[in-house]
Amino acid sequence: MTVAASRNVLIAVAGLLLAVVLLGAGGFLWLGGGVGGRGGLTIGGPFTLQDGDGRTVTDRDLHGKYLLVYFGYTFCPDVCPTTLTAVADAMDKLDGKADQVQPVFITVDPQRDTPAVVKQFTASFSPRLIGLTGTPDQIAAVARAYRVYHAEHRTGPGPNDYSIDHSSILYLMGPDGRFIAPVNADQSGEEIAEAVRKLTS
Amino acid sequence: MRRFIIAVTLALIPVGAFAQQPAIQVENAWSRGAAAGGTGVVYLTVTDSGAPDRLTGAASPVAASAALHESINDNGIRKMRPVASLPVESGKTLKLSPGGYHIMLEGLKQALTAGQSFPVTLSFEKAGPIVATVSVRQGGAHTMDHGHMDMHGMMDMR
Repeated sequence: MTVAASRNVLIAVAGLLLAVVLLGAGGFLWLGGGVGGRGGLTIGGPFTLQDGDGRTVTDRDLHGKYLLVYFGYTFCPDVCPTTLTAVADAMDKLDGKADQVQPVFITVDPQRDTPAVVKQFTASFSPRLIGLTGTPDQIAAVARAYRVYHAEHRTGPGPNDYSIDHSSILYLMGPDGRFIAPVNADQSGEEIAEAVRKLTS
Repeated sequence: MRRFIIAVTLALIPVGAFAQQPAIQVENAWSRGAAAGGTGVVYLTVTDSGAPDRLTGAASPVAASAALHESINDNGIRKMRPVASLPVESGKTLKLSPGGYHIMLEGLKQALTAGQSFPVTLSFEKAGPIVATVSVRQGGAHTMDHGHMDMHGMMDMR
């Protein structure tokens, strides 16, 4: 490669790295600043999904309590179970406050995560945890409303040979259904409980 | 007769010297509750007091397949990718823990419930197969390894 060409490559790479860093930092700030009325960017909104018994659940059905929403998939061995275990732990640590908070798991894998599968999955973490699934369209719509990144990563030739790359954030929604703030999902139960206490005080 | 006893005793000493602890130690193997037909996980630590080695695979009778994976945080996007092998260095500890390396169990043949134990066979390039007993733990014990330890009564610190 000539000197000029290699310098162009360097500039392009530096530009790409800068873009990635800004996107990463900006992404989280963007979500954090997404309270309704500020710049018009909203997180959350109406949805129609199905619970573990196959019954229809809409966003309105969950109004009245704070929601702690997590998007993942049940065939996830590590990140999702670790996070939901911490959420279950947080609910225990919230004591009296726990009655005002509803943890919700929404799958980004409607193909494999049927209502029955979701029901068993969420029950293994906490009886308080509601698990929701839906048709591919319903899931696509709610993931879009919450600005969740999710993409299949093929691991083999079979129809179920895939894992899912996804963003991993806890969304704290108010009793009126409006987004309050994101909560870091990579924390202990006590840290999550403390964040929820602060944001709901 | 006495000379015979002394001779046998002396002959046994080198055998005794070899009958020491194996260089590779697998400890604290644990799992979480999971449904039959679903996906499970195994975390553990590997210490090596001997020559460098590589962890090349895993197997368990409770799952159709078991494989080494790594959880990756790519600018907020969580990905999970297979890992061909993991190095085991002399005098160091290899940790498979939440948020990092782990063994993914696919096609669970039975539900995993808290309090249960099951075997996992780890394959090492030099040391060969080593079997570890995995304990299925109840809920909120471990968090992502970000350098923070929270100590409270519920945690099983082993």
